[in-house]
Amino acid sequence: MSDDLKTPLLDELEKGPWPSFVKDLKQMASKKPMVKDLLRQLEKSYRDKRGYWKHGGLVGIMGYGGGVIGRYTALPDEFPGVSHFHTLRVNQPSGWFYTSKALNELMDIWDAHGSGLLNVHGSTGDLVFLGTVTDELEPTFRDLTAKDWDLGGSGSDLRTPSCCVGPARCENACYDTLALTYDLTHKYQDELHRPMFNYKYKIKMSGCPNDCTAAIARSDMGIIGIWKDDIQVDQAAFAEYVDSGMDIQGSVVDKCPTGCISVEGKEIKIDNSNCVKCMHCINTLPKALRVGKERGAAVTIGAKAPIVEGALFGSVMIPFMKMDNFEDMHDLIERIWEFWDEHGKNRERIGECVERIGLATFIEGIGLDPVPQMVKQPRDNPYIFYEEYYEEES
Amino acid sequence: MAGEVSIEQIADEMYQLVADSAGQKKLKATDLTKAMTSKYGDQVSKQDCKDAIKMLIDSGRCIYGYFGGSSIEIPHREGSEN
Repeated sequence: MSDDLKTPLLDELEKGPWPSFVKDLKQMASKKPMVKDLLRQLEKSYRDKRGYWKHGGLVGIMGYGGGVIGRYTALPDEFPGVSHFHTLRVNQPSGWFYTSKALNELMDIWDAHGSGLLNVHGSTGDLVFLGTVTDELEPTFRDLTAKDWDLGGSGSDLRTPSCCVGPARCENACYDTLALTYDLTHKYQDELHRPMFNYKYKIKMSGCPNDCTAAIARSDMGIIGIWKDDIQVDQAAFAEYVDSGMDIQGSVVDKCPTGCISVEGKEIKIDNSNCVKCMHCINTLPKALRVGKERGAAVTIGAKAPIVEGALFGSVMIPFMKMDNFEDMHDLIERIWEFWDEHGKNRERIGECVERIGLATFIEGIGLDPVPQMVKQPRDNPYIFYEEYYEEES
Repeated sequence: MAGEVSIEQIADEMYQLVADSAGQKKLKATDLTKAMTSKYGDQVSKQDCKDAIKMLIDSGRCIYGYFGGSSIEIPHREGSEN
């Protein structure tokens, strides 16, 4: 490292047992001068306790409205190497499965056109290229598409659909998350690349209620695998857990949120009618318990981080739908977009829109019948009148 | 096309809206679509508007911008680049 790079505050982050991004940045700084200025600016930010990035703007790829996030330093005279430091989101493969060859291709492209710094992966799911100049955007995109890669979403568009590893690696997967992600990504290319919504729309797919993509908390539309019938039980395998001395009562029975598990001798009994699919027993006793056989997905709507309004969790809109084909899902997505387009405000996420106009109006607007699973809490408004009531009265 | 209004005409009118509001208000795709559907009613569909925006963007007459939300703008050199 050259002497002109003095970063005493950042150096502190290299101490301790955990890997540090500072170490990575310093390694890259020896090859890429722009990373030196990145470190210098970061050091100054730590010292001054403020950020010096300007975000957003007009940069992008011809014809695309998403995939590039413009970023500039507020101090270009002091840090000319990061006067432009744009980010590109590269659409990741479903389930984040790469070959070494594919990763090498991506690294070669980014070494040639950018800082060489990556974020694998961003919270959107994309593989993120961190830092390049405006003139290198089109050449980077050209090289990416020549190798069959594409940019992901950003701005007021469909964000890159993202999923867990699904049935490729996980026995709990209740539907093929990889196939649905691939299908939605291809079907909604226009929505992904050409911002046409009120604000961002994220779809995340998890194969089971463990929800490894955190769809319930981080996606406007979560599609979470679930089963409808009983948990599959292998009593012989359960007996082996008992014989091994495992604390079944403390580790499983007492932790069931609805108290629907009991044990008699070496036999486990589950009251499936009261099971809320929390997955705890299945995760704890994977050899004895498995998800049911009648599998599909639940759809949640409205989760988001706190930006314009506060954070929201997703609410169940559809407690169970078969996932044999994806046409019903396309139909649902398009009905939601149509409604949001009609009723949503500028920079209003779908969850905020539903909160503002009311769940009843929303489900009527998208053609869903109310079901008990939609109820989040007991109602606090006593002035609810039903059309049937008026009909009877008249 | 839904009626007698061509995609080119819609695109031209959208371009004019964007040009007129430049420097004052950033228009989104939904703003342009609503302006056209309220002006032409059933003669213009949402798909017509999408096609018109696509035409504006692909021709380079307009570009997408992002400042807290995506907008459609006339190409220009932005202040933050300086």
